[in-house]
Amino acid sequence: MYDAREKMLKELMALEFMEIELNLYLNTHPYDQQAFMIFRNTAEQAKMLRDNYERMYGPITASASNSFPWPWIESPWPWEA
Amino acid sequence: MWVYEKKLQYPVKIKNCNPRLAKYIITQYGGPDGELAASLRYLSQRYSMPCEVAKATLNDIGTEELAHLEIVGTIVYQLTKGVPAKILEKEGLGGYFADHDRGIYPVNGDGVPFTAAYIGVKGDPIADLTEDLAAEQKARATYEGLINMTDDPDVIDPLRFLREREVVHFQRFGEALRIVQEKLNERPFYVKKPEYAEISPASNVSPAEKTNPYSNVSPAQQKK
Repeated sequence: MYDAREKMLKELMALEFMEIELNLYLNTHPYDQQAFMIFRNTAEQAKMLRDNYERMYGPITASASNSFPWPWIESPWPWEA
Repeated sequence: MWVYEKKLQYPVKIKNCNPRLAKYIITQYGGPDGELAASLRYLSQRYSMPCEVAKATLNDIGTEELAHLEIVGTIVYQLTKGVPAKILEKEGLGGYFADHDRGIYPVNGDGVPFTAAYIGVKGDPIADLTEDLAAEQKARATYEGLINMTDDPDVIDPLRFLREREVVHFQRFGEALRIVQEKLNERPFYVKKPEYAEISPASNVSPAEKTNPYSNVSPAQQKK
């Protein structure tokens, strides 16, 4: 079943993947300004989406836990379908 | 240090169980060319790298491989979830099930457990980065083999993603190797002159022996 949470999480996965990809590229091309601009753009978009997701569905990192009782332990964990 | 994000790097949602396939796919968890070997190799090699590009590359690719380890574990978990023990046995997972039930344990496709012998950390940047190039190709080839063994699109999809990442990593390691080689070939200034280059043909004693060989500072600087 394809729900709204999954959809948003997939978007976040895609953005953060792009971030990592650019991160690796910049490691061997540290002077590539264009790549750096794209990285910054992507990182900012990813951050906004992550904040949005976390507000709606709970923490992606333990330190983002912002409700009670402790939400970090909640399912689903990533390996569960 | 590491921060964990509660999501997979790439989605895995497998609708049909397939324990026989799981038995083979687990090789990318605990096998010689799998993600555990890759992450341990890169994260161990990074300490002795001589330049920033190499340290960052090994650090970050090593970290990404941990995320891939998680994806492979997830695939195996979903392929065997809820499968009755007798079916697992019939499909070739009897030995594994006896020792691990439905747990995920680092073995290869034949149940041989993971060993550090799968990785090399020579402490020599050229040797280490060259090994990494080979490692990425072996991983790529393994994913191709696994993809060829199934028609299930739910399984092929994440395997194909993982295969593509190996190709990209190969590219990055190639760049890092070139950059390290350029740096080591720079004349005449060494960060730390390699010991073999310090033996003076004009004397019986190498310049290295006249100074503390365990110092992190070059002999030239020690003499000041």
